[in-house]
Amino acid sequence: MLSMTNEEVKKAAAFFTKEIEKLASGRSLRLMEVCGTHTVSIFKSGIRQLLPENVELVSGPGCPVCVTPNEYLDTAIAYSRKSDVMITTFGDMLKVPGSSSTLAKEKAQGSDIRIVYSSLEALEIAAKNPDKKVIFLAVGFETTAPTAAAAILMAAEAHLTNFYVLSAHKLVPPALRALLASGKSHVDGFLLPGHVSAIIGLQPYDFLSKEYHIPGVVAGFEPLDILQAVYMLMLQIHDQTARLENQYSRIVPKEGNPSACTILSQVYQQTDAVWRGLGKIPNSGMSIREKYQAFDALLNIPIIVEETKEASHCQCGKVLRGLLKPSACLLFGKACRPEHPIGSCMVSVEGTCAAWYKYGAGRWQV
Amino acid sequence: MCLAVPGKILARQDMLATIEVGGVTRNVSVMLLPEAQVGDFVLMHAGFAVQVIDEEEAKKTLALFKELEQYAEHDK
Repeated sequence: MLSMTNEEVKKAAAFFTKEIEKLASGRSLRLMEVCGTHTVSIFKSGIRQLLPENVELVSGPGCPVCVTPNEYLDTAIAYSRKSDVMITTFGDMLKVPGSSSTLAKEKAQGSDIRIVYSSLEALEIAAKNPDKKVIFLAVGFETTAPTAAAAILMAAEAHLTNFYVLSAHKLVPPALRALLASGKSHVDGFLLPGHVSAIIGLQPYDFLSKEYHIPGVVAGFEPLDILQAVYMLMLQIHDQTARLENQYSRIVPKEGNPSACTILSQVYQQTDAVWRGLGKIPNSGMSIREKYQAFDALLNIPIIVEETKEASHCQCGKVLRGLLKPSACLLFGKACRPEHPIGSCMVSVEGTCAAWYKYGAGRWQV
Repeated sequence: MCLAVPGKILARQDMLATIEVGGVTRNVSVMLLPEAQVGDFVLMHAGFAVQVIDEEEAKKTLALFKELEQYAEHDK
């Protein structure tokens, strides 16, 4: 939508970086980009290198694959070993290590695991394979959760009896609250996730400024969107105010997408959820409501799951809270690499460790 | 995972819309965006249209970015 020449982009970027440097006036500041898609855009466009050294962008817990705990993967892997089950999943989940295996390894050994781009494809697969129990691995934040909810409504309408959902959906605002409540993350401002906000709107972030006096800006994903959002945060920090602002107004209306929110709450209810690195966070997950329990994999397909083990020395948990830079992890770039990931942050293309490795920050020191 | 792409709705039948993205057409569900109409630019995520793109707001952002060019030059 934003058609600009390279020269125009360069000049606008130069303006923002210069102003950001002036506003920071030498103070050390930490801004957290919450969304994994932002992390990738920031690394790809070299924004970290453009910003002055004292303004640091820290990645938060916004990569859904990264925050999915081992227990969920172990459950999915156990299901994939059943001969009457077919797993449908987004591709990112395949290489994520569980306690002792991955879905990719299980697939290589003959488990029926299909990669889909949409919950609708999982529905089609279920309709075409009535003799199999088709489980959709429902991972993702508020952007993705309504698409799984919609699939459940469609399955109910079509009277599909072999479509199930293993839900690991998570909600962003409760995780931010947990981060702040822990008092350890020391964040001076939040770059808030644009596409999550396109669904939930602005109100759920009100507590950032009202309760914690921390500025937040909902940001788009073009490099200039991100620079402008950092600039907006810096203006607030400079003026010692804390407001919630919206840089991404072309996509994010104040009220979000009410139809999607209605469908989401029709099918799911909020529940406590375990996040890798953050532990159990109250009301930060989604479970299927009683009315649609016929589609809940856990309630309908009995399964025995191996005892969950965490990879020793993996520091994903600290990385996800912005407490540790990937390069400070002993495994980074050595035992843990994209082709041989030990922790989930190295698996997903949106993972902080994977972005550090791929785009060079720290790559040459290892 | 929250990657989403913009496209234009070319046709719509019930809850299914044909959307053009960079010269390619594909079908997406408008179940989460029932108000979407033919001609709208929408944001798509995982097979669903999830938001209508506000063209006025997009123009404002673009105009602002282009305006900065002058300031960047004055600063030299």
